[in-house]
Amino acid sequence: MQHIRAHVLVCGGTGCKSSGSEKVEAAFRSEIEKMNLQNEIMVVETGCHGFCEHGPLVIVYPEGTFYCSVKEDDVKEIVEEHLFKGRIVDRLLYREPLTQEKVPTYSEIGFYKKQERIVLENCGVINPEAIEEYVALGGYEGLAKALTEMTPEGVVEEVKKSGLRGRGGGGFPTGMKWQFAAGSVNDKKYVICNADEGDPGAFMDRSVLEGDPHKVLEGMAICAYAIGADEGYIYVRAEYPLAIQRLEVAIKQAEEMGFLGNNIFGSGFNLTLHIKEGAGAFVCGEETALMASIEGKRGMPRPRPPFPAVSGLWGKPTNINNVETFANVANIIVKGADWYCGYGTEKSKGTKVFALTGKINNTGLAEVPMGITMKEIIYDIGGGINDGKKFKAVQIGGPSGGCLPEHLLDLPVDYDSLISAGAMMGSGGLVVMDEDTCMVDVAKFFLNFTQSESCGKCTPCREGTKRMLEILTRITEGLGREGDIELLESLAKNIKETALCGLGQTAPNPVLSTLKHFRNEYEAHIMEKRCPAGVCDKLANYVITDACKGCGLCAKGCPVNAISGTVKEKHIIDETICIKCGACMTACPFKAIVKA
Amino acid sequence: MKTLDDLKALREKLKEDIRVRKNDGIKIIIGMGTCGIAAGAREIMSTILDEIATRNLQNVQVQQTGCIGMCEQEVLVDVIRPGEDRITYGKVDVNDAKRIVAEHVVNGRIVEDKVIGKIKQD
Repeated sequence: MQHIRAHVLVCGGTGCKSSGSEKVEAAFRSEIEKMNLQNEIMVVETGCHGFCEHGPLVIVYPEGTFYCSVKEDDVKEIVEEHLFKGRIVDRLLYREPLTQEKVPTYSEIGFYKKQERIVLENCGVINPEAIEEYVALGGYEGLAKALTEMTPEGVVEEVKKSGLRGRGGGGFPTGMKWQFAAGSVNDKKYVICNADEGDPGAFMDRSVLEGDPHKVLEGMAICAYAIGADEGYIYVRAEYPLAIQRLEVAIKQAEEMGFLGNNIFGSGFNLTLHIKEGAGAFVCGEETALMASIEGKRGMPRPRPPFPAVSGLWGKPTNINNVETFANVANIIVKGADWYCGYGTEKSKGTKVFALTGKINNTGLAEVPMGITMKEIIYDIGGGINDGKKFKAVQIGGPSGGCLPEHLLDLPVDYDSLISAGAMMGSGGLVVMDEDTCMVDVAKFFLNFTQSESCGKCTPCREGTKRMLEILTRITEGLGREGDIELLESLAKNIKETALCGLGQTAPNPVLSTLKHFRNEYEAHIMEKRCPAGVCDKLANYVITDACKGCGLCAKGCPVNAISGTVKEKHIIDETICIKCGACMTACPFKAIVKA
Repeated sequence: MKTLDDLKALREKLKEDIRVRKNDGIKIIIGMGTCGIAAGAREIMSTILDEIATRNLQNVQVQQTGCIGMCEQEVLVDVIRPGEDRITYGKVDVNDAKRIVAEHVVNGRIVEDKVIGKIKQD
């Protein structure tokens, strides 16, 4: 037997897997064997590190060396140079985008420096399929403490005191929710974890489930004890196969170790957890629709009250929280509400995980204390905008949220500041947009999403979003009319006030917030028939520049014969005939045709 | 698993398996430059790893480093105990390696006859 002197952590999150981490991991195992180092070096597959832009990621301990974009072919060099001789492979280190400086270790990278990792503390650090590693880092201590030292009321009180609010979108105080469910008298109660993450651009729940599934199970178990439930469901999308697989492994291991099952920690408390795979309908993220789906019915919301805490799954009192909310619970119990309150603002305690996507350098997951500014998230952590372009807006909160323009970037990110700015926390998806983005087109994209995901039960959502989408479509096609903006606003107001569930009530938000901050773009489309960002095809004017060599290929490619000119001389497009199909731009070998 | 203490005992046991991922404890650094390897550094490293495992030592990290210029003195082994000076041993053979682990790493007594340098740690 030899002492294991080094651990090679290969990220096995969905992001890194899709960029080839499985091959990298296999290569490490075979190269290590070739060098006969298998008795002293351990290869571990971990969950997501959040730095998906630079995957596949590999971290080598004890040094903590952080390698980015590792290819199968690079592995031999890492094994021979680093693992055998101790020489760090310089060329694979991360470079700060602004300074080009190489950063050797995990903790020094700008992306991680400003983060405060509570929910993600184990993601990328442990093997999610080994319960031993979770326990080694203090796992299940929260459950043990709750069961052996606290009363259910004490647990509810601690969570209330922590100020934790729902991380799935609404931001309802978690402790209050638990108190309602605990207060319902019934011999059967349920706890449900909402893992039906569906906002475009949000993937934090998936990463937590993939990277640290036990943390979620532990949070659910503590909740079940607090409200008096003995059975629970994790409702997770079938599109998350890796998360489902890791949850299955985790539940089995927790049962074997006695953290789930009967008479847990000798306290007489029992809990059975099931996984329910959802078919991927966005509306099933709404709690009443989600419960209908578990019951085998069509996933449609119903009016509340009665709230789930009174009559939930199969008519029994039920508490539903989302993945990230449950992932906060164990730490609150172990370290106490006062510790948790040390992070965040007065009304928004703790941290929030954001998924950074769009035109940003460091695509990935970042967990930050509440109250940090949007500017810090986008520039200090996200590394700024791609290709040195200018920032235009950031969409926060997915299809239910809104856009924040540049002058609001200094806004502290917390539940209430975002609402007052016309956006919302939502699940924490951030889509960063640069100057080349058309805001009308963005509003159309999100409305198209909610429209197609509308379940059709209530008229305001089913018909209202459809009409709004029709208006937006005609605006982007150059057929906008005077009065369209006002019509959009009145439809939006009505839908918000009358739709049955959260999906419909928030569906108009992307339109309203773009209208609020970028009204001039709507006006340009409608009055001047012009798309300022040059995105909307039907409004684009194609122009031939002086780079034209007169080859005539564009004229041949034009389906309506709108282009004329003599050979070897600059051609011209007749705008009155042009149908803006863009075929000429594709046909031109000299890039002489541009959108103006 | 019946009590919080049961869990804590299990955790202490399991913690050692992932200690490598925390950069703490006693460091043993072996020179693995071309000169070091030629002088037999690989064998020294295996010996040290074996010793750590046989003695079931916790809280010890083994790292490698490149050539630091004293090729004549290879194999070089450095030991850093937290809060103490960095001790460099030269011309370490298998027996010396075992002595260094037993004396310096375990008991904190520097193996004076093999020391070729001390570096103050701040």
